[in-house]
Amino acid sequence: MVDISILGQRYEVPEGLTILKALEWSGFQMTRGVGCRGGFCGACGTVYRLSNDHKLYYALACQTVIKAGMILGEIPFFPAQRPAYKLENLEASGEALIGLYPEILKCFGCNTCSKACPQGIDVLNVMSAVIRGDLPSAAEASFDCIACGLCVARCPSDNVPPNVSLLVRRLYGKYLSPPAGHLRYRLQELEGGSYKAEINGLKSAPLTELRQQYAVRQIEE
Amino acid sequence: MSYPAEMKESIAKVEASRPARQHQAFPKLDPQEREDILRTYHPDYISGAFREIRVGPNKGDRAPHELANALEAEPLLIRDGFSLKKIVQQEPDAKCDVLVIGGGGAGASAALLAQENGAEVLISTKLRFGDANTMMAQGGIQAADKDNDSPALHYLDVMGGGAFACDPDLVEALVMDAPKVIAWLESLGVMFDKEPDGTMRTIHGGGTSRKRMHAARDYTGAEIMRVLRDEVRSRAGEPIPIRVWEFRPAVELLLDEKNRIAGAVLKDLDTSRLMIVHARAVIIASGGSGRLHYQGFPTTNHYGATGDGLVLAYRVGARLSFIDTMQYHPTGAAYPEQILGQLVTEKVRGLGAQVCNADGEQFVYPLETRDVEAAAFIRECTERSKGVVTSTGQMGVWLDAPLIDLLRGPGTIAAELPAMVRQFNRFGIDLAHEPILVYPTLHYQNGGVSIRPDAGTSIPGLFVAGEASGGIHGRNRLMGNSLLDICVFGRRAGMAAALLAKDIAPGNPHLAHLDEWEHLRREAGLEEGQASPILLPDYTRKTSLVLLRHPSIEEEVAGHFKSN
Repeated sequence: MVDISILGQRYEVPEGLTILKALEWSGFQMTRGVGCRGGFCGACGTVYRLSNDHKLYYALACQTVIKAGMILGEIPFFPAQRPAYKLENLEASGEALIGLYPEILKCFGCNTCSKACPQGIDVLNVMSAVIRGDLPSAAEASFDCIACGLCVARCPSDNVPPNVSLLVRRLYGKYLSPPAGHLRYRLQELEGGSYKAEINGLKSAPLTELRQQYAVRQIEE
Repeated sequence: MSYPAEMKESIAKVEASRPARQHQAFPKLDPQEREDILRTYHPDYISGAFREIRVGPNKGDRAPHELANALEAEPLLIRDGFSLKKIVQQEPDAKCDVLVIGGGGAGASAALLAQENGAEVLISTKLRFGDANTMMAQGGIQAADKDNDSPALHYLDVMGGGAFACDPDLVEALVMDAPKVIAWLESLGVMFDKEPDGTMRTIHGGGTSRKRMHAARDYTGAEIMRVLRDEVRSRAGEPIPIRVWEFRPAVELLLDEKNRIAGAVLKDLDTSRLMIVHARAVIIASGGSGRLHYQGFPTTNHYGATGDGLVLAYRVGARLSFIDTMQYHPTGAAYPEQILGQLVTEKVRGLGAQVCNADGEQFVYPLETRDVEAAAFIRECTERSKGVVTSTGQMGVWLDAPLIDLLRGPGTIAAELPAMVRQFNRFGIDLAHEPILVYPTLHYQNGGVSIRPDAGTSIPGLFVAGEASGGIHGRNRLMGNSLLDICVFGRRAGMAAALLAKDIAPGNPHLAHLDEWEHLRREAGLEEGQASPILLPDYTRKTSLVLLRHPSIEEEVAGHFKSN
C-alpha cells in the first residue's frame, strides 16, 4: 500500500493502480474528470506534486501509475476561449488565425505549455509555426493533441493551444491537403446511378448464392 | 517496467521465429471451420451467460444477464420517488425541434444535418460533448472509393462479416453513402492520411476484400470527433442554432397523447435536478454498453457506455434486434495490468503484424473477422494451453508488432501508430522492438434498437443512430464500419427528424407509459432492486459498512472491480 493525497486528504491505496483507479479505490464515484479511460479524450488532466519536491508535474489520470507521496489535483473543467467562426468563410493563413486568436502574438516562448503536455507535443513549436504562418507544420506537429487543457491552464499569455491547433488542422485538411481525385470520381459515378443495379442484384440473390460469392471473392494482395 | 523474465523467455521464441515467419502467410479458415470455432469458443455461445427477457417488446428473446437486468429494471424516476404527474406538468426547461440524446459521432452528425435541414437542435449528453466510443476508435473508416473497389464488394464484405444476418436495406445505405461521408468529412477538415497527390492511403481490415480502410494515423475516431464537435460549436450562433448541454443524460422519454415522441426528462449530474425538454423528434445516439461488462470481460469502451439508449427506447415500446451478440475485439491489452482490456487497434494487424502463441508459432490468419479471430485466441489459450500467462493470471497471445517495420521499412510504426507507441511507452514497452500481449476484450454492441434506412423506428418521432441501433452489422461488425455507420445513419437520422419535425403539431407530453411498464413488471413477477438507465458504472471500492447492508453484493463487486 502507498500513501497519496487527494484534494488535500490522505488515502492509502494499493501499489500499481493508475491515478484514476486510485481515486475510485478511495471511494470517489467520478462524473467529471473521467472519460475514455484510454488516453484519447483528455477528460482527466491532472496536476500533482510529490512530497519534498517543489516541482509541479502533469499527467492523465487514466494513464499514469501512482507514486507514494503524490499530492493530486484533477482539473475537471478549465475555461478556454473559442471565437465564433465558420470554416468556409476563412482562408488558410497565419493572418486568419491571428485575427481570431490575437493573443498568439503575446507568446514569449516560456515553453511551459510543452512541459505541461502529457502527449509530449512540442506545443511552443506549434504556436511558433502558427505565428510564422506555417500551417502544415503546425497541423502535423499538433496532430496528437487530445485537448486535455493542461497547457491552457498554465499559459501565462492566456493562449489556448488546443483550440488554435484544432482550427489549424481543419484549415489544413480542408484547404491545403490535396483533394482525393478518386473520391470525386466515385461520387460522380454514384450520382449517375452506378452500382445501384449491382447492389439490387446482391440484395435479391438467394442466401446460398450470396454465401458462394462471398467465399470465392478475390482478396486484394 | 518492461516485461518480467518469464515473459521474456517466450518473447525470445517470438523473435527467433520472426525471420522465417516474415514470409509465411498463415492460411485462412474455410466457412465450416469459421462456423465451428465460433460455436465452440466465442463468448456469444456460452449459454449460461444469457437468459430470456421477461417483459417488454422483446419478451422471450435471449440477452446477456447484465443487459436483461437493465432492460427489465425499475425506472430511475420511480425508484427515486418522483411524482410522474408533477414532472410532466413542469414548465419545460427547453423546447426544440430535434433533441439529440448523446454527444458522440452519431449525435454530432445528426445535429449537423438536422440543423442544415431547418431544425432547431438541442444535444444533451451524459458527460462532455465528444466523450464517446467514437473518440477512442483508432483504426479507420471504410468506404469503397478506389478504382479496384465497389460498393457491391463492400456490401458483400459486410454481409459475410455479419454472418449474412444483416438487414440488406441498411447495408445498402451504409455502403452507398460511404464515399459521400468521406467527402463530407474531408470538406469539414478531417486530416485523412494521403499520398502527396491526394490519393487516400488505405489498408485492409479483418474481413475486407479490398484495401478500403481510411485513417488519420491511429487517431481516426478522435480526429473525426473533434472536427464534428468543432463544426457543431461553429453553429451555436446561427439564426437556427445548435445548443449543447453536457452532464445532462436523458433518464426517460416523453410521449404525447397519440403516443408519439414528445421529448425527454434529463437529469443534471452536477445538481441532480430533473430537466424537461419538449421536442418534436428525438434521436437516440447514446452508444453501446461495454461498461455493463458482459460475462465479466474488461472493455475498450468509454466510461459512459452503459446502454441507456436501449433502456429508454425499450420502455416506450421500441423493439431491439441482435442483442444476443456482442463483439469481443481480439486484441485488447493483456499486459500490463494497468491497461488491461484497452484497445490495441486492428490497424496493427492491418499493417502486417502477425499473432503468435507462447512458442512463437502462428496459429491463425491475422485478419479473420473479429469474432473468428477472438475465438481463435481463446482456443489457443484454453484448449491448446499455448497462451502466455502473466503474474496476475491473465492469459494472452503475442501480437508481433515489430514485424511491421521489417515489412514496411523502419519508422512505419512510429508514423502510423503514434497513439499505440505512446500508450505502451508509458509502461516501458517499445512497440517497434517488442511484441505485445493481447487477449479478447468487450468492444462493441452488435445489435440495438431496430431501425429503418432513414434511422426511424416503430415509434413515431423516435430515431436511433450509431451503436445504439441494430441490424446494420448483423452478428458481427467489421473494423471501420462503425465510424462509417455513425456518420451515415447520424446524417440520415438528422435529415429525417428535421423533416418530420416540420410537419408535427406538438401534443401534451406524458409519462403514462411508465405506469403501464410498472404494471407489466408486476404481472411478470419482477421485483424491485436494480433501477435503470444505469448512467455510470460504479468502480468505487465498497467499504465494510456498505457490505453490511448488502452482503450479497460482495462477490459481484469484487468481479466488477477486477474487470474495471
